[in-house]
Amino acid sequence: MRPSGNGERAMPKREDIKKILLIGSGPIVIGQACEFDYSGTQACKALREEGYTVVLVNSNPATIMTDPETADRVYVEPLTVEFLERIIERERPDALLPTVGGQTGLNLAVALAEQGILHKYGVELIGAKLGAIKKAEDRGLFKEAMLRCGLDVPRSKVVHSAEEARDFGAEVGYQAVIRPAFTLGGTGAGISFNKNEYEKAVQYGLDASPVTEVLIEESVIGWKEFELEVMRDLKGNVVIICSIENFDPMGVHTGDSITVAPAQTLTDKEYQIMRDAAITIMREIGVDTGGSNVQFAVCPTTGRLTVIEMNPRVSRSSALASKATGFPIAKIAAKLAVGYTLNEIPNDITRETPASFEPTVDYVVTKIPRWAFEKFPGAQDVLTVQMKSVGETMSIGRTFKESLQKAIRGLEIGRAGMGADGKDKPLTAGGDPVAEKDALLRAMRTPNRDRVFQIASALRLGATVEDIFETTKIDPWFVRQMKEITDAEPAMQHAVPTDAAAMRRIKQLGFSDRQLAFAWGKTEDDVRALRKQLGVIPGYRLVDTCAAEFEAYTPYYYSSYDGEDETRLSGKESIIILGGGPNRIGQGIEFDYCCVHAAFALKDDGYETIMVNCNPETVSTDYDTSDSLFFEPVTFEDVMNIIDRVKPKGVIVQFGGQTPLNLAQRLKAAGAPIIGTTPDSIARAEDRELFRDVVERLNLLQPDNATATSFEQASVIADRIGYPVVVRPSFVLGGRAMEIVYDRAALERYMTVAVEASPEHPILIDKFLESAVEIDVDAISDGETVVVAGIMQHIEEAGVHSGDSACILPPYDLPEDIIRRLREQTRALARELEVIGLMNIQYAVRGDDIYLLEVNPRASRTIPFVSKAIGVPLAKLAARVMAGKKLVDLGFTEDPTPSYISAKEVVLPFIKFPGVDILLGPEMRSTGEVMGIDQSMGLAFAKSQIAAGTRLPMKGTIFLSLNKNDQKNMDDVAQGLHELGFKLVATQGTAARLRALGIPVEAVAKLNEGRPNILDRVINGEIDWIINTPLGIDAKEDDRALRRAALERAVPTMTTLAAARAGVAAISAMRTGNPQLLSLQEYHAQNKRS
Amino acid sequence: MKKAILAIADGSVFEGRAVGADGESTGELVFNTSMTGYQEILTDPSYAGQIVTMTYPHIGNYGCNEADTESKHPYVWGFVMRECCFEPSNWRATSTLPEYLQKHNVVAIDGVDTRQITRLLRTKGAQKAVISTVDFDHASLLNKARNSADMAGSDFVKEVAVKEAYEWPAPAEVKYRVVAMDYGIKHNILRLLSAHGCSVRVLPATAGPEEVLAEKPDGVFLSNGPGDPAALPYVYPTVRALIDRKIPIFGICLGHQILGHALGGNTYKLKFGHRGGNQPVLDQNTGRVEITAQNHGFAVDTATLNADEIDFSHVHLNDRTCSGMTHKTLPIFSVQYHPEASPGPHDSRYLFERFTKLMDEYKAAQSA
Repeated sequence: MRPSGNGERAMPKREDIKKILLIGSGPIVIGQACEFDYSGTQACKALREEGYTVVLVNSNPATIMTDPETADRVYVEPLTVEFLERIIERERPDALLPTVGGQTGLNLAVALAEQGILHKYGVELIGAKLGAIKKAEDRGLFKEAMLRCGLDVPRSKVVHSAEEARDFGAEVGYQAVIRPAFTLGGTGAGISFNKNEYEKAVQYGLDASPVTEVLIEESVIGWKEFELEVMRDLKGNVVIICSIENFDPMGVHTGDSITVAPAQTLTDKEYQIMRDAAITIMREIGVDTGGSNVQFAVCPTTGRLTVIEMNPRVSRSSALASKATGFPIAKIAAKLAVGYTLNEIPNDITRETPASFEPTVDYVVTKIPRWAFEKFPGAQDVLTVQMKSVGETMSIGRTFKESLQKAIRGLEIGRAGMGADGKDKPLTAGGDPVAEKDALLRAMRTPNRDRVFQIASALRLGATVEDIFETTKIDPWFVRQMKEITDAEPAMQHAVPTDAAAMRRIKQLGFSDRQLAFAWGKTEDDVRALRKQLGVIPGYRLVDTCAAEFEAYTPYYYSSYDGEDETRLSGKESIIILGGGPNRIGQGIEFDYCCVHAAFALKDDGYETIMVNCNPETVSTDYDTSDSLFFEPVTFEDVMNIIDRVKPKGVIVQFGGQTPLNLAQRLKAAGAPIIGTTPDSIARAEDRELFRDVVERLNLLQPDNATATSFEQASVIADRIGYPVVVRPSFVLGGRAMEIVYDRAALERYMTVAVEASPEHPILIDKFLESAVEIDVDAISDGETVVVAGIMQHIEEAGVHSGDSACILPPYDLPEDIIRRLREQTRALARELEVIGLMNIQYAVRGDDIYLLEVNPRASRTIPFVSKAIGVPLAKLAARVMAGKKLVDLGFTEDPTPSYISAKEVVLPFIKFPGVDILLGPEMRSTGEVMGIDQSMGLAFAKSQIAAGTRLPMKGTIFLSLNKNDQKNMDDVAQGLHELGFKLVATQGTAARLRALGIPVEAVAKLNEGRPNILDRVINGEIDWIINTPLGIDAKEDDRALRRAALERAVPTMTTLAAARAGVAAISAMRTGNPQLLSLQEYHAQNKRS
Repeated sequence: MKKAILAIADGSVFEGRAVGADGESTGELVFNTSMTGYQEILTDPSYAGQIVTMTYPHIGNYGCNEADTESKHPYVWGFVMRECCFEPSNWRATSTLPEYLQKHNVVAIDGVDTRQITRLLRTKGAQKAVISTVDFDHASLLNKARNSADMAGSDFVKEVAVKEAYEWPAPAEVKYRVVAMDYGIKHNILRLLSAHGCSVRVLPATAGPEEVLAEKPDGVFLSNGPGDPAALPYVYPTVRALIDRKIPIFGICLGHQILGHALGGNTYKLKFGHRGGNQPVLDQNTGRVEITAQNHGFAVDTATLNADEIDFSHVHLNDRTCSGMTHKTLPIFSVQYHPEASPGPHDSRYLFERFTKLMDEYKAAQSA
């Protein structure tokens, strides 16, 4: 309803602009994840709804926003000023909305404005003007602005040199927070407690800042941390969408903090002062319209309120706030940017009421980050002001206790709740409770990812709320809530309840069936049966923005054990799509993309689509994506409860990655109607022994392999098949704990760690195929027709995890015969495994031999990339096939071959983990990906490199240090570099080989060969590209410092010869040709014609 | 754990935990959607006769203190929560909420599904109800609830308003003399009037026009308060007489409704009212939206007032009820919501300046 009345002068949308440019946030990196796909997609939809033409640029193919349906013109191109200028020149947009593409989008908008490009092409910044952005982002200007409007800020100084920093430190002390200007997710930020740490942190920050500028702040570590999400319209109306209180006090980046909405421990007086401050800040900074986020620190003993920072754009927190309240911040922000006022936009959820209000909630939302320290040996599990988490889960409960336990089980870290699940491991040996309690208190003093479990364990051992507050500064309110849970445990464990009321009280504290099963020595299935027998089932409540004051029309649910159930079903046949839970390395936005597509396609086919997921960053958890959204952990218990309630026609487990797939067998056993490839077929592909039968039956080739459960067994096997071998636990995603082992000693070391990593599953041992070309194939099957949708040739050879490898579609140098055989084998496997839906196969090709490495009868990480490369929405087709359609009916029966080349490159988070080596290996560590499309392999790869932030040099000096094997195969690379006019420097061995080829080269000392050595040259900025391929553990150690130095100075480093070869092709292509600039829609039209 | 029961006239019964005073209390069951400010709500005299359900599940987290009160003591007739906090955390806290409730004899229950109760009230409208910690017989409690007094037609003003006039501490620099008619006034209104340079004389609701005029006021303030505005015929004549004297008048909430009656209009009962801190109101003359604190179960019926005389300046954006009015020729205005907030947002404090501006003009005209 558009309100109207006397005196209400409508602010119609702007008619003077027709075409709007949006810049996405690029690849998923730590600090900038799929929340910006969510916000960007919402903005695109909102603007198109209003009749604007939307031009979108984003290099990340795994996003919904880069679907050709989302924007009128989608450019999957590198996010650089140069490419953006060309796109602006070609598209001539009237306006640029800079606030929905994260820090990347905002920084690019600033650069385009400052370089006069927007002015030159007459593009107006809408939402936030340059001045406002600068005032909010420049720490000096921001502080001045805060002081001008009478707000308190920590004492601070912006410095540009170590000397300036030293003077300030001498004046105010060395307990400080050091933040570099213009970096993402707090990259390069640090905390210091003494002079040494202070000076080190300052230097690190200065290096990390693109403008060599850091802000040094008086430390407010240990203060309470709050955030407000604020919206403003052109008339100056301001509303607060959500307040967030951090469980972890100041000192831990908010992206690494457990956070809770709404704020729990502020009186109304304090909250209103904070609200007034946020509104004052919005007006002072001058953000015209849209959402911003303001962070505050509050002294726990005096209530002193200081402003920490504000983001003049939608953020990770605003995605969380949108999901936490049901208020779609990005969507509303887009509408405000084109001239509407808040009261002119209806609240989707209540329909009757306008968006000019402040959501009020009647539940508690908890967000917990998920980290990946285990993937970065050498990285410390310590949380600081630099964000390190790779994903997060959110949960909704009627109380904090319910919400917290639910969030923990939604994290999927093997924990069933806040401990009491049989997984609590004592820190001390000997079982002395006092020593253990002391050890726990010592451990929790430094923020770390297990802190919530350490606190719970300490409480069980008699630590007081005060002890924990003194140690951690976590507000006593939170600790007491945790204590209420641990206090209830003895009685809960003592006896199995016999009446519904007692059972319900236990469930209201958030205990999972798994925790109860552990307490009572039963199986989870027993507990579930008992619970259902007592009639204790969850009720689903609505997220309605208004605490039930108005009727809600949007079916966005969470479970609670308060009793009442508000679920409304349409009566149509329904299909449940299980999401992937929190993002982690190996399972991220790509799978969410597939889930979203399944929802879209099945909705179109007339089903009631039901999404189950607990990741607040995603498009899948936008209540607009499916017909109903259940914001719930993707665990057996929570999923079965929903299935019991909605009785779906089908449940889709193959789109959300390993999370739902791991539930498939149990769900099926419990009676869930799994559609698509059967859980039995999935097991045949995933179980080594069963799969060997499949391979034999089809007469295919596998690297020699076997399964071991002990080191002794493993050693015998390795001797038989010959080193090197690839070892890994079964049933894991992303190559978790996968390694290439070259000798017996390494194998022994591995087996102890690996068995630890996956106690319930044996270890797989494969012959490692050295120098083989790795191939990824995505196919779709309906049980009759199999279409090989995409064949990707990896740049890196087998041995580098496929998720960390760059790849090219179609293959760039495979013989036709091999390609034909790959297609044949893929079809045979799809038929043999009775695949209904998607399937991904990894092959290794060596000479004429095709080895089968892995078959996954599910959506793969490459589905979005392939879909964009071939112009066919594979996940949509697969969902419809799973629901019973045939590919013939869907018009997709021929293997597509695009007329252009697509390259995928990955981005790696090494810069966030000081000291960690950047060598690629069989364990996946990349967080995201980019895509480059062009007419040649060289240009497509070049674009992918630029998009991934690797600045391949066009001239300058190249350092080569190759292992013995690679030296034999490097002739073409060396020759190519020489012909392109690069100056070459190399280590002794490599240099000798180059000289033998007649290529001029300067020999340079290795790190252990005296000074000056190559490290000095890199630090001096004399090296423009490093090609370094060490082999074996010792060689790897030698050059580690070199690679690290290169990383910190953004010197491109390639650690495989294959990547270097592709790099040479890219440089050569860039020299001779100009990258092409076409929208995805234009590329796809080419395919339709061809 | 001590048991308590909430019985609602529609036949619903909720068993929970007694977290306040022992005893039994009937009243009109309403809900409030504010996530903070329970102490201000408890002490707001407008809640006399009502049992308040808080929709936010955790109440009492920051305890209670001496400063965050809106009157001398709580006025609610009962308090309903999902989960009451016994060990609060806030540097300002001086007692816990259960202690505060017990000390001030407020019967309270927690451990009940407040969302279910809210949905019930939204669907069926505000209900008569009882909370008891002494009688656990459902039938008996339902009877007590059903036989309790109706809110419509009830005069609670006579119970909560002062009997004797008093002076509110004056500011250092007094610019205006204001008479505040006490129908159940909240202290934050008095604090803000004082902050705007007013010395304030608070008069009982029953005071006649001569008592008001004897103070030689520059302006008259009509306060908030509880109950049905239609049940207060004894206060309209005073207000009418002041209107005729062309004295600046500013009304809030019940004061706004009383002004409506004094101007010849009527009021009606809303289904379940507006109670919370997130209520959007549009100032139709400026186009600005204010997020307001509200607490009312009745509204002014604009159809019963003369639109040539009255500008219905503010409209509630959720249901388009009258949220404020301004007299087109006289220095009179009023709002249905609470610009003094407490609890709630501070968006509407400009109205106090509007009042002082009217008093400036009035004073200038007087001296001319």
